[in-house]
Amino acid sequence: MRHEEILHRCFRCGWCKFTSDYSEFNCPSYRKFRFDTFAPGGRMWLIRAWLNGDIPNSARYQEILYSCATCGSCVEHCAFSFRDDLVEIFISAREEMVNDGRIPPPVRDFLKSINVHGNPFKAPEGERGAWAEGMPVEPYSDQDYLLYIGCVGSYDERGKKIAKALARLLSRAGVSFGILGDRELCDGNEVRALGETGLFRFLAESNIRMFRELGVRKIVTLDPHAYNAFRREYPGMGGDFEVLHYTQLLSMLVSQGSLSFSGFRERVVFHDPCYLGRHSGEYEAPREILDSIPGLERIEMRQSRENAFCCGGGGGNFFTDILGGGEESPNRIRIRQAVAAGAQVLAVACCQCAKMLEDGIKGENLEDRIRVLDIAEIALTALKG
Amino acid sequence: MEDIKRRLCDIVGERFVSDRAEELFFYGRDPGLMPPHSPDFVALPGTVEEVREIVKLAFREGVPVVPMGAGMTLTGLCIPRKGGIVLDMKRMNRILEVNDRARYTIVEGGTPTGALKAYLDAHHPRLRFSIPDSPAATTIAANVMIHGQGRLTQQYGFNSDMVTGLEVVLPTGDVARIGSCSLSPDWFSKGAPLPDLSGLFLGWLGTTGVITKVGLKLYPRKKMREVEIFITDSPDFIPDIIYEITHTEMTEDINIFAQPLPLIFKDNHHVVVYFTGDTDEELEFKKKSVFHALDRFIKNKDGGFMTVGPGMKQSLLDMPQRSASTFADVTKGGGFEYSGPIILVEKYPQCSRKLDELAEKYDLKYHATARIIGRGHAMMFAFSFTFNRADEDMMDRVRAALREASEFALSAGGVFWKPTVDEQRRLLQAMDPVTRRLMQMIKRNLDPSGIMNPGNWEVP
Amino acid sequence: MSEAGSMFTLQFDEAICASCPSGACLVKCQYLEADREQAKREMLKIFRGEDSRVLQECVTCYACEEYCKRGNHPFYLITQRREEKGILTAPRAITRQWINIGEPRGKYEVGEIKERALSFGFMPQFKDIVKGKLFEDVMPGYFFGQEYFCNVVYIHFANTAVIKERLPRVIRNIQELGVKEVVFMHDECYAAFSSLAPAFGMEVPFKPIHYFEYLYQRLEGLRGDIRPLHIRVAYQRPCSNRLCPRTHRWVPKILDLIGAELVTRTYQDENALCCGSIFRAMYGYDLAADVQARNIEDIVKSGAEYCVFNCHGCQNALSDRLARKGVRPIHMVELCRMAIGENPGFEVP
Repeated sequence: MRHEEILHRCFRCGWCKFTSDYSEFNCPSYRKFRFDTFAPGGRMWLIRAWLNGDIPNSARYQEILYSCATCGSCVEHCAFSFRDDLVEIFISAREEMVNDGRIPPPVRDFLKSINVHGNPFKAPEGERGAWAEGMPVEPYSDQDYLLYIGCVGSYDERGKKIAKALARLLSRAGVSFGILGDRELCDGNEVRALGETGLFRFLAESNIRMFRELGVRKIVTLDPHAYNAFRREYPGMGGDFEVLHYTQLLSMLVSQGSLSFSGFRERVVFHDPCYLGRHSGEYEAPREILDSIPGLERIEMRQSRENAFCCGGGGGNFFTDILGGGEESPNRIRIRQAVAAGAQVLAVACCQCAKMLEDGIKGENLEDRIRVLDIAEIALTALKG
Repeated sequence: MEDIKRRLCDIVGERFVSDRAEELFFYGRDPGLMPPHSPDFVALPGTVEEVREIVKLAFREGVPVVPMGAGMTLTGLCIPRKGGIVLDMKRMNRILEVNDRARYTIVEGGTPTGALKAYLDAHHPRLRFSIPDSPAATTIAANVMIHGQGRLTQQYGFNSDMVTGLEVVLPTGDVARIGSCSLSPDWFSKGAPLPDLSGLFLGWLGTTGVITKVGLKLYPRKKMREVEIFITDSPDFIPDIIYEITHTEMTEDINIFAQPLPLIFKDNHHVVVYFTGDTDEELEFKKKSVFHALDRFIKNKDGGFMTVGPGMKQSLLDMPQRSASTFADVTKGGGFEYSGPIILVEKYPQCSRKLDELAEKYDLKYHATARIIGRGHAMMFAFSFTFNRADEDMMDRVRAALREASEFALSAGGVFWKPTVDEQRRLLQAMDPVTRRLMQMIKRNLDPSGIMNPGNWEVP
Repeated sequence: MSEAGSMFTLQFDEAICASCPSGACLVKCQYLEADREQAKREMLKIFRGEDSRVLQECVTCYACEEYCKRGNHPFYLITQRREEKGILTAPRAITRQWINIGEPRGKYEVGEIKERALSFGFMPQFKDIVKGKLFEDVMPGYFFGQEYFCNVVYIHFANTAVIKERLPRVIRNIQELGVKEVVFMHDECYAAFSSLAPAFGMEVPFKPIHYFEYLYQRLEGLRGDIRPLHIRVAYQRPCSNRLCPRTHRWVPKILDLIGAELVTRTYQDENALCCGSIFRAMYGYDLAADVQARNIEDIVKSGAEYCVFNCHGCQNALSDRLARKGVRPIHMVELCRMAIGENPGFEVP
């Protein structure tokens, strides 16, 4: 297993579970399950035990490994020098389990659907571009940017609304961009996170080949998960493109004066998506956009930026729902945090977060107190003229 | 067993009970060097009532119960030596009350030290408590239960001396209130003016009951903290140095460390002196007093205050201290363990030399840490060795070195702190027979069927 | 002393001392009292190996190296004799710690070295500030680590044996990088190769350049980018600059070029006052507290908004207290970067 030589170095001391000020447990799966086995230290010890033959690859073991949201909070808070590798270690263990042929059924279904349909929704490939019908969007030819939407923005109802908002916004700002429509392929970030390296490699190579053939140089992604795959994984496979998350592009447009807003009079709190924040270090761009909107009162949750609490959708859990369910599911906890902070709107910059957190509101019966809007949606609403 | 599991599920809910291989593996060991032993069940109670029901069940069935916080003693005190139920207390983590004026707090038995610190920082910035150097996950109840020490130990003694009351589920399932809270709504004293019954639980390592609430003294928190390090090249100067510094009554905490790596620390002994103040003047006055207390050592060239760079200063001022955990990775191996006797400060030179000797004999990476308890009334001296968890031979060498260190400490008049089962046995053997009998009487009366953390404090 | 070390002896000329018209070395000393005659007498006694109160009283501020305009290295002589007589200047533990810190242990870092390179001594913190346009013609041509550490600090501890043993190896290590010129980011390193090594008869096969000179020339080249800072600054001159006093003249020139007004204060130029960090380690509270208090009061009184540091040791020793009194501490490199519109890593008001 990759990084196997690190496993025994975990002291299971538990710094990884906390926020920086130790006020809360910030590991979503530990927060929900509360057995130390579901904390990063527990995983480290159990992976080693599994490789040593001390425990079997059981349903419980699979639940423990696959309930990790790969949110990276442990990477932020572990006290040791190997902390940067923690998420990669958990992914490597999943790779071993995939090779072992024993993975949770929802993970198997997810991977099968990607294999067969090219997306996790078992939807026809030909409908991938349907969200853009009637939109001011061109197919990508030689525009400045390729706007990459990804599976959730293409197929999920909530995701599609965000994709549309973003497309309208970019078009209003006069950005030269195009989309791939039905030709778009899954970016593979979740495939990789769930441990299917071979399939990920196939997707990445296919994407890189297509981007090259189309002469793509700059990509802007809707989904921070795609942003992560393109930025972190593709260069190692020859995919050297300039990649932006859409909030980074919007924040540039705001500072250049290409986007200006008339107003949005609500109290808004921003939820940092793990793959934009902790994984990519981008905390400012989304806040800059919100701060440029007149009338918008931006507040912060106590757990924000490096200490943001994951929505629970990361690491494939958006699709597999191994971490979800119940009062202590991360999305419901996060909603309680946002309401406690006094927000009327929970702003997101990730369509997976949007869906997860909307479900959280329903679970908490707080529809009358708070709603989830993507930054693209807020910006479009607030646009001048 | 199926029946017990079903009843545990009835008490705490199915999701908080496990008898799966994964939990039995993990909860059957700790990060130290004691041999593992699996529990039969792990249960996560959420309320006193649930703890009570579980203990009653265990009492009826004669099943062992092992209460556990973060499991960080390193000496195997939460390893269920005879199986049974491990009670992971960390769901009970509410901070129930802070009495700002009377300076105490009441917390549930699974509250981490880190969480109380965060809570006071946010809501009571003029209050603090004695934070140990163990990880933030360490629970307050476990820390006082093992007579832990912390940042205020030099001023106020063991952290267990700071307890102002306890709520304990007895081995029979009864709930006992200890201290003023047994008859008053106020948790200001664990004993006085009544007979101090907290002694029936503190130091007993969970063998006489399960602590479900702790009252803990809080102390004034000054606006500023500062740290200085006095270094000397011989351990022989340490007792006198400590005597002089403690005489000033100006310091928050005094720690001593010596270690061969990194090179900046080689061959010297470092006396880390913390002090606090509400104003520049107060801080400076204390610093000046401490410096002048050591003038004769400086004049004789026997020691001096080293320059502490901003990075090192930050790490030393950190509470809880993350850097204390990282000793586990010195050999890229994920472990360390220490024998930490409580012993007179005047024994520092012998302890230090013994540690050097053991490190050389067993070829181990080590460090010495000492924390001054009270005004130099004693110290905790840690014979601390780091080990590689993937290297059985190194682990055996550390075990052997620790055993020798313990033997030495006992012969030098020390008493083991958070002793391993083996060390407990040695203490009981060495103990005055009447004292031993008294312990036996207490244990038999409180836990007649021997279900509480069995294997520990077993008086033959 | 190792055999190699014994090859190097201090080149001190008794005749120069005997004919000295001023006795400036000790007359100007800020820490011990002497008139011209006493000064000459004590120095000659020291040279002849006799006991002198100076050997007991010297606090190692290095200033006499500057006060002696005749190039006769009075401080190196004091150091050498103290060493021979076993007169410690610092507690043993402090000396031992410093010797351990400088021990080469293979943890050096070497960038992409061309004919000219930057030396960070053994201070990795330069990596955080040596950035941007000012250094783009040399970076990433830098090196640091104990293997490249000048070891001059041991003259504070009357221990030239370590220097004699280590410095030749350091010279060789630098030479093996294939550099012709080295820009030293710390006075002490620059002084090692421009003053101390020659004084002990060691050959230096590359040209040492002080970073002040480098900065000045770069700033001249970037004149168009300079936005005058219009701030008042005090300058904290470190002890180690006494070993290379000619480099001090760059300070007003640089500050003038970037539009920073150098305030007049009591403890400047030859009358500069120690930051106290070495005193504190060696002699305890009083001397250090006294010089630090006087120094800080002087800076505050001067009306400076910033205090410019040349040495990280001084900066660590004084920064917090200066900042609390409203004077912003800043390193010379950061100040120059600020003047060409670069963000030196903190918020500029």
